[in-house]
Amino acid sequence: MSRPRNYQTQAIVIKQIKIGEFDKLLTLYTAEFGKLKAIAKGACRPRSKLGGNVEPLTYSSMSIARGRNLDIITQGQIIDGFPELKAELWNISCSFYIQELVDLFTMENSANPTLFELLLETLHQLPKATNKETVLRYFELHILNCSGYRPQLQKCVRCTAPLKSTTNFFSPREGGILCPLCAEKEYGAYPISATALKTMRLWETCDCDTARRVKLRPALASELAQILQNYIKYLLQKESKSISWLEELKRSSFDNPPRTH
Amino acid sequence: MSFLIEPVDRLIREFSKLPGIGPKSAQRLTYYLLKEPDEEASALAEAIQNLKKDIRLCSICFNITDRDPCSICQSKERDHSTICVVEKPSDIAPLERTGKYKGLYHVLHGTINPAQGTTTENLKIKELLSRCQNGSVKEVIIATNPNMEGETTSLYLQRILTPLDITITHLARGLPFGSELEYADDMTLNQAIEGRQKFKQ
Repeated sequence: MSRPRNYQTQAIVIKQIKIGEFDKLLTLYTAEFGKLKAIAKGACRPRSKLGGNVEPLTYSSMSIARGRNLDIITQGQIIDGFPELKAELWNISCSFYIQELVDLFTMENSANPTLFELLLETLHQLPKATNKETVLRYFELHILNCSGYRPQLQKCVRCTAPLKSTTNFFSPREGGILCPLCAEKEYGAYPISATALKTMRLWETCDCDTARRVKLRPALASELAQILQNYIKYLLQKESKSISWLEELKRSSFDNPPRTH
Repeated sequence: MSFLIEPVDRLIREFSKLPGIGPKSAQRLTYYLLKEPDEEASALAEAIQNLKKDIRLCSICFNITDRDPCSICQSKERDHSTICVVEKPSDIAPLERTGKYKGLYHVLHGTINPAQGTTTENLKIKELLSRCQNGSVKEVIIATNPNMEGETTSLYLQRILTPLDITITHLARGLPFGSELEYADDMTLNQAIEGRQKFKQ
């Protein structure tokens, strides 16, 4: 959808880069236009009218003027600043990862309202969830679906035979599950337990609120994390930087470690 | 092909590398220096040379200094039981200008920004922790910027310092002087209402 000369949109700020002394280059995610890049002039000045309205992890209503190279944000008004999300270290760190995935999986000016809804819903669900990892896994699975990389979980991706309730194999290269027979010829496929497959199938169809109520054993949680993150790493051809930070946080021996399972 | 003579062209190229200086500004600065007396140019060259030669990081607070430890860390008049944690050396000057703060500083040299790969390893966090563990520190004031990276760093510091039994505070949040209420964002207004104060008698 092409953008008019001056337009209004509701956007979630997913990334910022400081330009010069007072300006910011923002990466926005909108329902109507997808990913956009726009300049917030003077946003770093203490008396800026944009200031807090265009901070990362803020859902704002914005007036934007189309520029020759980059669009310019002229006004901003917060719809939701996600204060609970920003008040807790584990929440804020998870949202860094979510924002990075949205940035990496999307192209500019390609609208994807489903992905926008998913992002907004995940940012709302994250502070409510006692098990943040489940919300992250749900988000990973659904961003794959929204971006056209939905893994085939119903039948063998190669021979199309129905999958038996046993240990099958996940192939990032094939983008789905392989039956044990087909997996023998596939390099780089790793085992996926019947329970992990069932959980992924459930998450594919349920909403985020239901997904976050699913209780996972630690072994199952780490199996699902490994499967989804290896698939994402294969697709993006690089490791997410924020996931390393989440790992570092988990490793840190805090008195009250984040609940991961 | 450049129509400029080599020394002029070289200085323009060097000036252009500086932040906020484009090719036109670089040219203007170069021709300005050409017109100035030799002493002016020499003084500038000497100042630039000495900047790198004489400046190092203070081994205690990691602020930039010409002697180690820096004058603030050495001063006996300052309160050595309070440390104010800032992101970068340039954050110290505005705090000093207020004349209200008489404690010590600790410069982190950045903030936690996972998206850009900056984590605790790249910051002077371990050094802060060991400073706080010696028992003489009673209060740590976290003065990181009130943005997402600053908040993440602040929350992380709060988490690692809490077991040490010292008071951890952060700078007040609210409306900047000279701003307008109408244009303030909701987050700032929330914090301004929560942190409202009684008039001093």
